[in-house]
Amino acid sequence: MTRRVVITGMGLVTPLGHDVESVWKRLLAGDCAPAPTSNFDATAFPTSFSSEVKNFNLVDFLGKSAANHKDASRSTAFALGAVARAWSHAGLDQDLALDTTRVGVYLGGGEGPLDFNRFAEAAVAGCRDDAGEPAPLDTVRWAKKALDVLRADHELEQEHNCAGGHIAAQFGAEGPNINTLTACAASTQAIGEALHIIRYGDADIMISGGTHSMIHPLGVTGFNRLTALSTRNDSPETASRPFDRTRNGFVLGEGAGILILEELEHAKARGAKILAEVVGYGSTADAFRITDIHENGRGGIAAMKTAIESAGLTTADIDYISAHGTSTEENDKIETLAIRGLFQDRAKDIPISSIKSMLGHLIAAAGAVELITCVLAIRDGIVPPTANYENPDANCDLDYVPNTPRKLPVRAALSNSFGFGGQNDTLILQAYKA
Amino acid sequence: MSNRRVVITGLGVTTPLGIGIEALWDGLLEKKCAIGPIQQWDPSGLPCRLAAELPDFKLRDYIPKNYRKSIKVMARDIVIAVTSSYLAVKDSGLVTKCLVDRDEAGDIPPVDSTRLGCNIGAGLICADLVELAGALNTAVDDDGKFSLTKWGAEGMTNLTPLWLLKFLPNMLACHVTIVHDAQAPSNTITCGEASSHLAIGEAYRTIQRGAADVCICGGAETKLHPMAIARHTLWGRLNTEDNASPKTASLPFGAKRRGMIPSEGGGLVILESLDHAKKRGARIYAELAGFGASCSARSWNKPDPTGRSIMLAIQKALTDADTKREDIDLVNPFGSGTPDHDASEIAGWNAAMGDTLEKTYAMTTRGSLGNNGAGTGAIDFAATVMSLHRNTVPVSINTNELDQACKFRFAQNDPKDVPIRQAITASPSFAGGQSAALIIQRFQE
Repeated sequence: MTRRVVITGMGLVTPLGHDVESVWKRLLAGDCAPAPTSNFDATAFPTSFSSEVKNFNLVDFLGKSAANHKDASRSTAFALGAVARAWSHAGLDQDLALDTTRVGVYLGGGEGPLDFNRFAEAAVAGCRDDAGEPAPLDTVRWAKKALDVLRADHELEQEHNCAGGHIAAQFGAEGPNINTLTACAASTQAIGEALHIIRYGDADIMISGGTHSMIHPLGVTGFNRLTALSTRNDSPETASRPFDRTRNGFVLGEGAGILILEELEHAKARGAKILAEVVGYGSTADAFRITDIHENGRGGIAAMKTAIESAGLTTADIDYISAHGTSTEENDKIETLAIRGLFQDRAKDIPISSIKSMLGHLIAAAGAVELITCVLAIRDGIVPPTANYENPDANCDLDYVPNTPRKLPVRAALSNSFGFGGQNDTLILQAYKA
Repeated sequence: MSNRRVVITGLGVTTPLGIGIEALWDGLLEKKCAIGPIQQWDPSGLPCRLAAELPDFKLRDYIPKNYRKSIKVMARDIVIAVTSSYLAVKDSGLVTKCLVDRDEAGDIPPVDSTRLGCNIGAGLICADLVELAGALNTAVDDDGKFSLTKWGAEGMTNLTPLWLLKFLPNMLACHVTIVHDAQAPSNTITCGEASSHLAIGEAYRTIQRGAADVCICGGAETKLHPMAIARHTLWGRLNTEDNASPKTASLPFGAKRRGMIPSEGGGLVILESLDHAKKRGARIYAELAGFGASCSARSWNKPDPTGRSIMLAIQKALTDADTKREDIDLVNPFGSGTPDHDASEIAGWNAAMGDTLEKTYAMTTRGSLGNNGAGTGAIDFAATVMSLHRNTVPVSINTNELDQACKFRFAQNDPKDVPIRQAITASPSFAGGQSAALIIQRFQE
């Protein structure tokens, strides 16, 4: 018999706060986090605003243990904070005599932000001749400066798998420990694979979700060069407008979302509070282009279809869709097309929202944060709005829950994440029934 | 619920000993060492000036003509992965879109794209320094300092619009899925040296549970980049004392080991459900029989002297394969040649395998190939599969003077022809603390 997997804890570090309940309140109120960028001086960049985590101090989450992680990158620190909250929310901070070899970690974790100023200093030094004039890169000159200015700890903590290692050490998790980085789909994929690790029997508890911060000079450069970001610099709060006709790109965000996935009998045996059940997962590749989504949305359709079928459900059972909804021209159009393609006539009757309208796009962490809001939607019978929705788009003609939340019984919710390169991942949650 | 059986039917490697599995295998049998002075750029500003570099090869020889324009948006890690994917598919006898587009399909119908998955281990890909440093150098104030204002206003336009996509780790898998039209589950695992084993293990589970019939899986990475070598220098992991003697610079588990030698390369293998393989009459190299993964809970930045993470991964794989350590005929440890990492690995293997290590043959390719991070494990996996398939243990060069604690029994002088029923290959990550182990066995009905 298939082992059932439930959610028993959740933690958030987001631009709208670091506490699940208060973030949820602000999302239902339609609060939008984007503001002028403060992580670095972005005033001259094509996009000078972003959605940043504010007032974050790891000591607030880990107490004295925070000192053990003083080298942690910004994204690793976010992850540690979110895990700490999820861990205690799940009641795992009690003395439980857990089998630590059966507690694992599966993150969609981004790289630690590049140590940009030092990197740039070495780069410039490498591109100068003896007279200090610009010259082609000389690796010898570069190496001399690089070895002088770069710091071993800052470089190490950029490695993708460091967040998982910090978490394992802090929470004593010796089980499978994996990091995926499938761009914007990463944390949805992480949770889906963690689900199967528990189902197969390789672990009883998986700490899963995502963390990322690309709000640094090269992160913004990369997305600006791709013209993927909104450049609505005069109005950051309303810049992320998924499915709105005037949308012109996503808003870069940062943060972490972590869920405790647990095998049902394990959760019951320790009297854990069960928040929802993870019942379906679908993962596909567009196999089309690295820059564009397949024009028919075939990968998205296949991911949603696989997820629903693997849950033993039909499209008629889905009460709510948490969209990838990035606020880019292409994503929102094709996601709409894919939902229509799969749900057919029912598509227009299903409430769909994108909380990226309020939080911005947390990249690798986005899917996990969105899944947490699906758990809350199931719990409270209310779905969050798509904020900043003003101008209907003929290409996006579904019910996006514009601007105000909606009371609605949610028995099953579907959450989509799509990444650059054609990565499509979908998860299905259901209200837990014994 | 019984899981589907999974077999290995194709091996594709791009290594400093040669392109393709036969070149790797022949190089190992001939006790070749691919390590030498770095040729690709001037390393004289760095204390370690050795590496194992790939021989000349051209990606255009391994992709359809209509995909050649994409080469310019590929970091070298991606080039290695795409090359390896072609070699693996070709070796398996399967036909994918890539072979159809290259007019190499013959009469064989292509594999069902919706049942073809992909799972690739990738590293922290370094941006091309010439391109990025050159662009940054256009945004400099009058006093010679880099200026964010100049960069944001204009400097960044010196980078090509698709610049970011060259270095996203999931682009290895994305290009591979596009070239071969692999639409089933696709993942990218980034756990340092454990990445390949974790990716192969996850692909194994994907086929076991029926989410795909065939997976292209493994890993690829180059450490042969000034930034990667600078990082490893800062971390004190490189052998900086043997620049004059490249052939004996990489000493896996050696008594006199002084650090690792950077390398580049990768491997992708074809995993296939047994039913799918039998239906098409595929050559079966071996069966994948067990997978185990774990993590150190002691430290993410220092190797655990007890090797507990590697021990747990091996134990879990043995349990998963429903076998015992006495039945293992070949072990494939990592052996980077780094003092404390090798010590950790020795302790972990000793704890997991006990005295059986003294009777079982061992093989490491580090002496020949150095360490290419996320791609290393897949090369090792392919070499281990070949070893089992051919019942031959190649000599592990530079293992004639081992650490006293080390119980590995490496073949010396000549390759050993011995029956191999089951083999374990395991890989610990340098950073992060992750470990993973895989068990393969001779295929029997």
